Amino acid sequence: MTLQGARERWVRTGGVELCVAELGDEAQPTVVLVHGYPDSKEVWSEVAARLAERFHVVLYDVRGHGRSTAPRPLRGGFTLEKLTDDFLAVADAVSPDRPVHLVGHDWGSVQAWEFTTVKRTEGRIASFTSMSGPSLDHFGHWIKKRVSHPTPRRVGQLLGQGAKSWYVYLLHTPVLPELAWRGPLGTQWPKILRRLEKVPAGDYPTPSLPTDAAHGAWLYRDNVRARLRRPRTDAYAHAPVQLVTPLGDTFLSEKLCDELERWAPQLVRRTLPAKHWIPRTRPDQLTAWITEFVTAVEGGRPTPVTDGPYADRFGGQLVLVTGAGSGIGRATAFAFAEAGARVVAVDRDAESAARTAELSRLIGAPEAWAETVDVSDEQAMEKLAEKVAAEYGVVDVLVNNAGIGLSGSFFDTTTEDWRNVLDVNLWGVIHGCRLFGKQMTERGQGGHIVNTASAAAYLPSKALPAYSTSKAAVLMLSECLRAELAGQGIGVSAICPGFINTGITSTARFTGVDADEEKRRQKKSARLYGLRNYPPEKVADAVLRAVVRNQAVVPVTAEARGGRLMSRFTPRALRAIARMEPPL
Amino acid sequence: MTSAVAPPGELTAELRGFREVQRLAYECAEAVAAQLKPGVTEREAARMQREWLRERGVRDWFHLPFAWFGDRTAFVGFRIPLQFFPTNRRLEAGMPFILDLAPVHKGYTADIGYSGSLGLNPVQDKLLADLEAHRELILREVRERRPLREIYEDVDRLMVRQGYANRHRAYPFGVIAHKVDRVKERRWSPHLFGFGTQSLKGLASDAIHGHRDGWSPLWSPYKFSDHPPQPGLWAVEPHLGFRGTGAKFEEILVVTDSRDPEQSAFWLDDDLPHVRRWAEDK
Ligand SMILES: NC(=O)c1ccc[n+]([C@@H]2O[C@H](COP(=O)([O-])OP(=O)(O)OC[C@H]3O[C@@H](n4cnc5c(N)ncnc54)[C@H](O)[C@@H]3O)[C@@H](O)[C@H]2O)c1
Repeated sequence: MTLQGARERWVRTGGVELCVAELGDEAQPTVVLVHGYPDSKEVWSEVAARLAERFHVVLYDVRGHGRSTAPRPLRGGFTLEKLTDDFLAVADAVSPDRPVHLVGHDWGSVQAWEFTTVKRTEGRIASFTSMSGPSLDHFGHWIKKRVSHPTPRRVGQLLGQGAKSWYVYLLHTPVLPELAWRGPLGTQWPKILRRLEKVPAGDYPTPSLPTDAAHGAWLYRDNVRARLRRPRTDAYAHAPVQLVTPLGDTFLSEKLCDELERWAPQLVRRTLPAKHWIPRTRPDQLTAWITEFVTAVEGGRPTPVTDGPYADRFGGQLVLVTGAGSGIGRATAFAFAEAGARVVAVDRDAESAARTAELSRLIGAPEAWAETVDVSDEQAMEKLAEKVAAEYGVVDVLVNNAGIGLSGSFFDTTTEDWRNVLDVNLWGVIHGCRLFGKQMTERGQGGHIVNTASAAAYLPSKALPAYSTSKAAVLMLSECLRAELAGQGIGVSAICPGFINTGITSTARFTGVDADEEKRRQKKSARLYGLRNYPPEKVADAVLRAVVRNQAVVPVTAEARGGRLMSRFTPRALRAIARMEPPL
Repeated sequence: MTSAVAPPGELTAELRGFREVQRLAYECAEAVAAQLKPGVTEREAARMQREWLRERGVRDWFHLPFAWFGDRTAFVGFRIPLQFFPTNRRLEAGMPFILDLAPVHKGYTADIGYSGSLGLNPVQDKLLADLEAHRELILREVRERRPLREIYEDVDRLMVRQGYANRHRAYPFGVIAHKVDRVKERRWSPHLFGFGTQSLKGLASDAIHGHRDGWSPLWSPYKFSDHPPQPGLWAVEPHLGFRGTGAKFEEILVVTDSRDPEQSAFWLDDDLPHVRRWAEDK
């Protein structure tokens, strides 16, 4: 079926026969993918195909699932001890001489935690990437701690996770789950996945689903109660662990992993905005993180550091920033670089873009490139989009930031002036959203677009008619696009800064005055912005926060926030201010 | 003193006196830097500098030695001047540090800044390399007799272009440089907030005289620095910051009233650790 080009073999162990599939070059490090409930190994088809370009990829159907046979009797046939036997049998068959890299999702991760924390597998596991499946032992201790020392917060956490575990109680009832899965739930499940979990349609789930789900109920019945009541006290990981947490998981609370460093000292944390079935919905991101982690462990290099702010979220992601040669754009590129993102610094000024890329590499970007492009040039932007997709990949976060200033009365603003400012400030954003947003939607694995608007977008002023118009357009464009892309896991944010101390004042154009007077006004406004002294780095922080929290409109600085409130509640006062002469 | 340049290439006795104490100060910084180990605190590093120089006869200070470790090299989160004083912050592998010391020796003052790191620190290396352009820019524009305030702004612009933040703005009055002078040797030389009272007296009297004549011994971004370079000795200290890492140098620039551009301003000494380092990197 979906595992194209896979080599199959059967491994006999403990009274069952396991169906094992292999992809990729056997000389490369072995990555073993373990599926969850109710799934079969095909849940990994997208990830496996991608990983196979670099690794020897091994998948197997857990006993009683997919094409592997089920133990007889079922009761007592799914204990973690037996599942560990199965894993060792598979590992010995596919990689007898070298330890393997484990990857588990959901119940596959629950099992793999057991593999990684019991003595008898020591030396057989090189690393473990865990997704949405805690160790039952760690979970048991987590509950115990909260029950024995209840504080209001801990009780809240207990109730929170308790509510998310409703299905676990249901699965403990006899016979009913089996009936449901073999009946209506089994037929409806693909639709449910698509509707609620946004899992793309296709050849997943497989026809074996009703049996997988019925048998898999014994995973819970055989293990959950026993382990939660008497969790092992020695469940320490003997291999480096990478923890991938989808923030929109409806079954597991993030809080479960708060104290994980105690059990897994070399923990690398990753988070992503997605729901539970990330092997289906985010295969590119998972492949990138697994590849990075496995390569680091294999190379004996320190595992990626993810303790900077937001490094768990942006590590390894591809971020493109326009206007990255100065001010807010440059600070934003640096902030993403510090979080471990790969950075494309775009600016029409080649030298400053190159500088941004160079310094980005110094402070944590694994890779950074400079691209010299004028964002208002449609063809150049098209070329850029093609090049980026071909050479660096699909952009995960796009920051349309390039912009220019223009000040002067409406009647002093020539059509040429209008064209200039709209070409850069509005069309630049349109081109960026159109080209890179399209690549994001076509990939179908989420992403985020940030547009730098301005507080001028909602604060009228007789001194800034053209600039404010362009920014108001950017703000509205962002809101509309946000509505359109909401269903595809792509967020859109508009950032509205107030007065930020950047170079924009010395390059802004002042219409209706001669060159000397323009110079004087540039200097004067530069000094005023300098006195306000709000650093672009703080705007950059707001940009990263906006992406992490998927905020729609983010005013930055007190004047921008205050202005936003006034535009809602006292618009007449703003109109009065709009008529004042600027102090230049 | 101010026109005190002997035949080209040679220094007057007075300038030799300043150069000697400046060299002594840099020697001290290099000696202390070589002894820094993981776990040493800023206070200990400051005391090591004091003791090293005491043993070599230094009794008075323009200011007591400073030591900044880690993100304190970029003055992250500094709001009040007391934060400049050495703390119990401990040095760790890879951390950047800055030693800043200003001894008075035989009546001559030095004020120097030495940047380094414990082991490799590529970010600070880059900052240090990029300071070279500032040393050149400052000398060139002083020779052109540009107003100090404008030179300050040009340094600022260069820093921003390089992608860095101006950290000398954090110093009192935001100065990039201040005048230094000879100091009378006294048996007892108390300090006030870490500054030698003798030197403070010198600065204050300069400030009073300068105020009358329209110049200031402090080279700042403010209006009172809107005047061409004033002859004398200036301790110049451009200080770059980049995301929690800082680097600076500090050394004496001699300004004279000579009409010959070369003689009108020059660095007191070109044989200093940072200058040698730039030469080696080429
Ligand atoms: N500085 C402020 O006070 C402020 C306030 C609100 C909004 N903004 C917006 O923030 C954004 C960034 O501004 P900044 O303050 O950092 O300004 P900046 O001038 O420091 O940086 C803008 C950068 O964009 C580049 N750029 C300009 N036109 C371009 C084009 N056509 N193609 C490619 N690159 C181009 C410039 O070369 C420069 O490097 C702008 O959109 C601006 O309108 C700034």
